[in-house]
Amino acid sequence: MSTLQIDFGHAKPRIVGIDLGTTNSLAAVMDLTGPRILSGIVPSVVSVTESGEVIAGAEAREMLITHPERTVYSVKRLMGRGVGDVQEELKLFPFHVVEGSESVLKLQLGDKVMTPPEVSAYVLRKLKEDAEEVLGAEVTQAVITVPAYFNDAQRQATKDAGRIAGLEVLRLVNEPTAAALAYGLDKRKEGLVAVYDFGGGTFDISILRLHDGIFEVLATNGDTHLGGDDIDNLLLNIALEDIQSEWGEDVSGNAGLVQLLRRAVIQAKEALSFAPAAMIDLEYGPRTYQREIDVQLFNRLIEPIIERTLRPCRNCIKDAAITVEQINETVMVGGSTRIPLVRSAVERLFRKRPHTELNPDEVVALGAAVQAGILGGEVEDKLLLDVTPLSLGIETMGGLMSKLIHRNSTIPASETELFTTAVDGQTNVLIHVLQGERELVKDCRSLARFDLKEIEPMIAGMARIQVRFLIDANGILNVTAKDLRTGKEHSMDVKPSYGLTDDQVEAMILESYDKAEEDFKERQLREARIEADAILGAVDKAKEDEAYQALAEDERSTIDRAINELRLAYHSDDHLLIRDQIEKLNQATMALAEAIMNEAVGKALKGTNVNAQ
Amino acid sequence: MKFYDALGLEPKLALDLDDLKKRFYDRSRQWHPDRFSRANSEEKQRSEEMTSMLNDAFRTLRDPVSRAEYFLRESGLELPKDAPPELLEEVFELNMALEELRGGDESARGQLVSAQERFAAMMGDADASLAGLFAHYDEKPERAMLDQIRATLNRRKYVSNLLRDVEKELNVHSAN
Ligand SMILES: Nc1ncnc2c1ncn2[C@@H]1O[C@H](COP(=O)(O)OP(=O)(O)O)[C@@H](O)[C@H]1O
Ligand SMILES: [Mg+2]
Repeated sequence: MSTLQIDFGHAKPRIVGIDLGTTNSLAAVMDLTGPRILSGIVPSVVSVTESGEVIAGAEAREMLITHPERTVYSVKRLMGRGVGDVQEELKLFPFHVVEGSESVLKLQLGDKVMTPPEVSAYVLRKLKEDAEEVLGAEVTQAVITVPAYFNDAQRQATKDAGRIAGLEVLRLVNEPTAAALAYGLDKRKEGLVAVYDFGGGTFDISILRLHDGIFEVLATNGDTHLGGDDIDNLLLNIALEDIQSEWGEDVSGNAGLVQLLRRAVIQAKEALSFAPAAMIDLEYGPRTYQREIDVQLFNRLIEPIIERTLRPCRNCIKDAAITVEQINETVMVGGSTRIPLVRSAVERLFRKRPHTELNPDEVVALGAAVQAGILGGEVEDKLLLDVTPLSLGIETMGGLMSKLIHRNSTIPASETELFTTAVDGQTNVLIHVLQGERELVKDCRSLARFDLKEIEPMIAGMARIQVRFLIDANGILNVTAKDLRTGKEHSMDVKPSYGLTDDQVEAMILESYDKAEEDFKERQLREARIEADAILGAVDKAKEDEAYQALAEDERSTIDRAINELRLAYHSDDHLLIRDQIEKLNQATMALAEAIMNEAVGKALKGTNVNAQ
Repeated sequence: MKFYDALGLEPKLALDLDDLKKRFYDRSRQWHPDRFSRANSEEKQRSEEMTSMLNDAFRTLRDPVSRAEYFLRESGLELPKDAPPELLEEVFELNMALEELRGGDESARGQLVSAQERFAAMMGDADASLAGLFAHYDEKPERAMLDQIRATLNRRKYVSNLLRDVEKELNVHSAN
């Protein structure tokens, strides 16, 4: 009834590796033989039905056409961002932003209001459920991948999404680094590898040094707002203009039509990777629109987009302090690397034919599973040493940014600064933490303001508070403060510039937790009952067999007792109890099953003889 | 000196880079937070502290210049910030040439290119003499030697800034 699987044993809960993509998401797990994809690709789309139910994945993607205004896609582009950051993209999205949310975006979907981490949590929950289905066990811990160039707020938002979905996020891993892990490039003992990751919404480039199973990232660069989506938008604009002149009508306000057209455009784009020309084909009621795009035109259109990926590559090579000739291998990741022009541009830049053996849609999830294996202790020969993509600093006099931790520093990385008061009796010190490469505060990304409060009033300059900034292995900032005069930890208030406060996340977890927990229990119960039905049915049938009559009296009564106990357990809501009773009934009917089997074999053999005559 | 301690090294100015890397990798394997994902929070914190220190130490010590700067600071010597007087004339002429090129006078280009070559050679010289001084000091740690290292570092840093400015200007104007 149950299929045997090679397993690391049930004692340890499995850690899943998750690629939470802009377009598609996927989960994988580490087996004895290597990483394995769990179930299918989940489109990163979430929709709220008219009855208020939230759905995620393929089902939600269908809603893009029928209910575009209550359906979110590419939410990854909104993670950890403020309203001001995303004005341009919001123009292209069919859903609405609730006014008055500056540090956290809030999306209005039907009658629900959701932040991007909550939306992502629905995708994660879907992946979690699918994984549980396949593994037959609850999944509570995960490694989630993020673009290498994600800043602190974007990483924090991803971690929040995991927590809201009921997952303990053991590690955030950078996508290109995960891909390098999946490729098993460490078979080469020493070498330099470039990973070019061009997906739906983000672009990353990382250069790694391999050394005896150590994957040391030397430098990383990228653009968190550059991907296949941008190509789609170029084609979409052409099609919209065409339609305007053909139909004499501006249809860009018709969200359902635009989504249908977007789908048609994506189809054409993807076909162009394998054919010299493709058709954008739209049928909307009685009206149709068709337009052929050939590769020449397509290449001309996307040339500037590809060029935008090459500059970060050159900077990355420079930051890694290597020359392009020293790079031994190049790896391609992400769906958009299927485009031939992308491949040839990368080949020209790195002067090497890039690896494309692994499915670019799966490689990141597979790598996340390897990292899960490293954390779980199953994989002992590999280790990732990653870097922080952006410099971290604090605001100093005159609106200047003073760098504390430089970009491309191996993480965890830390720095301490001593703070004091400037005027007599001052009781708090405000620290503004920033991320970025520019000199002026206004050109950097504000991360948070830390308020060292309740400082004992004293003469200016007497207070001595040591603040430690630590970027942990997830690339996330942790700040602690110590009063050097007392040796005690100094309390502070944290105000993140973008994203949710801890309290907000807690509230969202609470909100979703009961439900998620309930869901899993219900599913377990349902599955146990299905199994009970199956075995009860089988035993009922077996009782009609002659073999049953041939059993000893006490054997028959043991079976009957087990049947009754299972029937009783069936109506409890404890799936473990049901499973126990199933097991008992299995034991009790072992001899019977064997007898019936022998009988059947005997009959079959006789049958053969008859036929042979 | 804590960065040397972190890598189990005696504080020496000259280091074998392969040995340094090996020490860094070995200790990373042992202490990285990935190895402590199921440990208690105290152990986790210790692993974070150890690795962030290791990372700082490796980053600082693998580069001879940042290593020497660290060494000097730990020895109680501040790095000077003044321009090396022997370069004043050179800098004066360079600034003129830079001005000319910015003003569109292409004839200054040749002068800048030869300045670029001269500075690059000076950097090479500084690196070579640093290596020599490191070995000397490690053998016989004398304060006077540290002062020489300090002066060489200062000169090197200054030349490297000049080189950067020249290259920037040459690039900007060739791009146009
Ligand atoms: N054959 C193809 N040709 C061009 N683009 C493709 C092709 N297949 C997939 N893509 C594009 O790749 C992107 C999705 O890539 P993926 O790696 O899944 O992204 P993400 O990780 O951002 O979700 C989409 O923009 C999709 O249209
Ligand atoms: Mg991806």
